[in-house]
Amino acid sequence: MMIDTLVPSGFPHGRVRTRAAAGSRAGQIPVPRLRGKLLPAALALAALLPALSTAPAAAAEVNLYSYRQPFLIEPILAKFTEETGVEVNVVFAKKGMIDKIRAAGDNNPADAVLTVDVGRLDGLEKAGLLEPVQSSVLEANVPAHLRHPAGLWFGLTTRARVVYAHRDRVASDEIRNTADLAHPRFRGRVCSRSGKHGYNVAFFAAFIAHHGEAAAEEWLRGVKANLARKPQGNDRAQAKAIYEGVCDVALANTYYMGKMATNEEKPEQQDWAKAVRVRFLDQEGGPGQHVNISGAGVIEGAKNRGEAVRLVEFLSGDVAQAMYASSNFEYPVKPGVAVDPFVESLGRFRADTLSLSEIARHRKAASRLVDRVRFDEGPEG
Amino acid sequence: MRVPASRVTTLAAALRTAPRPSIDGWTAAATAIAVLVALPLATIVYRAFDPADDTWSHLAATVLPIYVSNTLWLLLGVGIGVVVIGASTAWLVTMYRFPGRRILSWALLLPLAVPGYVLAFVVTDQLEYAGAVQGALREAFGWTSPRDYWFPEIRSLGGAIVVLSLVLYPYVYLLARAAFVEQCFCVFEASRTLGRGPVRTFFRVALPMARPGIAVGAALALMETLNEFGTVDFFAVPTFTAGIFDVWLNMDSPAGASQLAVALVAFTLALLAVERRARRRGRVHATTTRVRGLPDHPLSRGAGAAAFAWCALPVLLGFVLPAGVLAGYAIEFHEAALGREYLAFAANSLRLAAAAAVLTAALGLVLAYGVRLSPRPGMRGMAEAATVGYAVPGAVLAVGLLYPFGALDNAVDAASRTLFGFSTGLLLSGTAAGLVLGYSARFMSLGYRTLDAGLERVTPSLDGASRTLGSGPGATLRRIHLPLIRPSLLVAVLLVFVDTMKELPLTLLMRPFDFETLATFVYQLASDELLEECALGALTIVAAGVLPVALLSRTITRSRPGHGPRRGR
Repeated sequence: MMIDTLVPSGFPHGRVRTRAAAGSRAGQIPVPRLRGKLLPAALALAALLPALSTAPAAAAEVNLYSYRQPFLIEPILAKFTEETGVEVNVVFAKKGMIDKIRAAGDNNPADAVLTVDVGRLDGLEKAGLLEPVQSSVLEANVPAHLRHPAGLWFGLTTRARVVYAHRDRVASDEIRNTADLAHPRFRGRVCSRSGKHGYNVAFFAAFIAHHGEAAAEEWLRGVKANLARKPQGNDRAQAKAIYEGVCDVALANTYYMGKMATNEEKPEQQDWAKAVRVRFLDQEGGPGQHVNISGAGVIEGAKNRGEAVRLVEFLSGDVAQAMYASSNFEYPVKPGVAVDPFVESLGRFRADTLSLSEIARHRKAASRLVDRVRFDEGPEG
Repeated sequence: MRVPASRVTTLAAALRTAPRPSIDGWTAAATAIAVLVALPLATIVYRAFDPADDTWSHLAATVLPIYVSNTLWLLLGVGIGVVVIGASTAWLVTMYRFPGRRILSWALLLPLAVPGYVLAFVVTDQLEYAGAVQGALREAFGWTSPRDYWFPEIRSLGGAIVVLSLVLYPYVYLLARAAFVEQCFCVFEASRTLGRGPVRTFFRVALPMARPGIAVGAALALMETLNEFGTVDFFAVPTFTAGIFDVWLNMDSPAGASQLAVALVAFTLALLAVERRARRRGRVHATTTRVRGLPDHPLSRGAGAAAFAWCALPVLLGFVLPAGVLAGYAIEFHEAALGREYLAFAANSLRLAAAAAVLTAALGLVLAYGVRLSPRPGMRGMAEAATVGYAVPGAVLAVGLLYPFGALDNAVDAASRTLFGFSTGLLLSGTAAGLVLGYSARFMSLGYRTLDAGLERVTPSLDGASRTLGSGPGATLRRIHLPLIRPSLLVAVLLVFVDTMKELPLTLLMRPFDFETLATFVYQLASDELLEECALGALTIVAAGVLPVALLSRTITRSRPGHGPRRGR
């Protein structure tokens, strides 16, 4: 009977370093093999094992829950370890992180969370899982509207949610503002990701924050009526649909343009990127282009709080900000850090400076609005 | 369950002479297992009663009707799909001789090894606008844009029905075939003698007799459909399960999600009740115990070709197509795939699946044997309750387990700190042990039902004899039952193994830090539209399912009366 997978591999002894630091053994459970006839006895024995090996946890470390994709942050985390000697243990997860942290109670192993979309940070905040951080470094590096007023979370990069428009089929004056997406001239020409996706919910929440819920509902009904097909796929899929001729315009994040345009492995994505132009919204007279963030927060009662704060500070610093900018085509939050040349080529824009914390307050209303107008049912629903 | 008089007396005698009343130990163990599995459900019900939450009224006024109607249509579509495909192919390969039958008889099980979300990715990859099929059509007819022609929307309710039917029909096929194999050919002969044609014999005699098996198979398929997330998410079909995820993760309302989950579980229980009634009503007995080899009617050339085509189609679409496409990508992108620590993930998957399979079969056996030793209605009811996890969405089950596990871990930890001065940390919720227990809670239905059915075939007089001769319940199980039910045990282990390899949502939530399995890895990349780079991983999941499936097929063939362990009757 093989029971070695039953042996706990939690932090205490199953130390896993970031891949760059530890080579290729990440993810394996380093445990002795046990053979036994009685499962309960073996289980009990297995349960005792980690207790025996908890002692030598001398090296400084920080445990990180990350929604962000491994390839993106591993080099940055490796750099952090290189500079500070602090090991970073990380679990990449999307769903159920809040419940996981909450259920673990006092024994919660996570010290910090790294995530995209202000909505997730807001969810963690509402669940009471974040602890305020006062740091002059962070306050200097992160503009006030991109962090929580009490220091519960900090934006680390921004991404503008813009309109991708077909380069020929959409005239340059056809779309200037968010409101234009609901105009009848776009009937049957709009594609969308699910309205319930965090990026869209934040976008709609910003609309509510600026124009009120009634105006938002009227607008969203207009957009729904303009849909060319049932909302589906991710942001890249919207560019692909425009390239294929399914529709002419769609909301999407800026960095996908960079990812598609430079994709060597899948050259067809370069064609998708070539078919569309980025249109920044609400530039003249309006509130400015809506941006979302990727960000970080320190978990309530973190055991390695000092290291966690150090990590978040590092992520807001020049080195990490430059790495973010070049690896994922996002906008660094720290003033003065250069953006990637490709991102620069998309043009400059005036960003909405309404506090993201304020925008997040309208998430619930936005999410319910999507249900109410049955946005995800598509044009006929 | 009626107990024969002889059994009562022998058992009573055994009990009198037994050194100690160890039956209670088995009952207690079975109860403990039932409690373990009922734990997450209790947590969910508890969490559903959060008076501060008004999500339910919002849902009821907006999207709930959509969830319900989508779910019902999906169930109806998949139900019809799996029964039509499963029962018809089972009948053909059991009763007729046609080219390719021997291979098809086991190949028809292969789609079971393909996770629904993998087939969904592959089908979309091939059939979407940029895919091979539409590309060829455009080439052939000179179309240049999607506005030039009509093509069915792949990402739709219909698409989900087709995909799920193709990967789930093997449940019906498996059980229908077992039922056909066990039927006495003489009733079919009688039917034919009385003037029914082969088609009417199938519908009037064979199908009603196989109804219990088909009902169980369809119920399993429908339960999988109910908790399916990957496929409906990818196809943008808002079902009940998709709704649970939305309310829970996007609307930050665990209470609302729990309320939806409770409704889903209630619906599942109703479905199970209907299935059991159908089984009871449909109980048809053979009037003779004479069994002969099956007839192997040879088919004419045309009919044979048609039968071959009909049976080959589901295998082709449900297995050959996805495996072929994945293999193509796996070869083309093998460097990228291998570079991503593929071997470590594969090892994780295999070890988890093996541990979960052994544990679940062991616990299922304890449960089934506990029911056998103490066949009171309460005991059986508890065992049935322990199998509901199969119908609960994996993610809901995971959250339901995380809380009690976390509480237990913290209690143990606190006790250990005070008593021994060291911290035990998160023994269950932070480790692979919790994950394996989660799999057991999820797949207990497979373990328990299979072994319960196996034990039912062993005549109770053997228990009596063994106990009379002085063996306790444990020794009786080891020396009498285990050798007799070895095939059922194997089936239970294999089914759980295959399902664990494919399992996604529970794994995503309960895995320890920095712990990937093939399923989580594949889903992560494929949902990011990077199917090519995870093709090797997806192919490995499929391949790991093939061997168990082949063994499974052999087990059924051998169960044919006269060929394998005899039914005790």
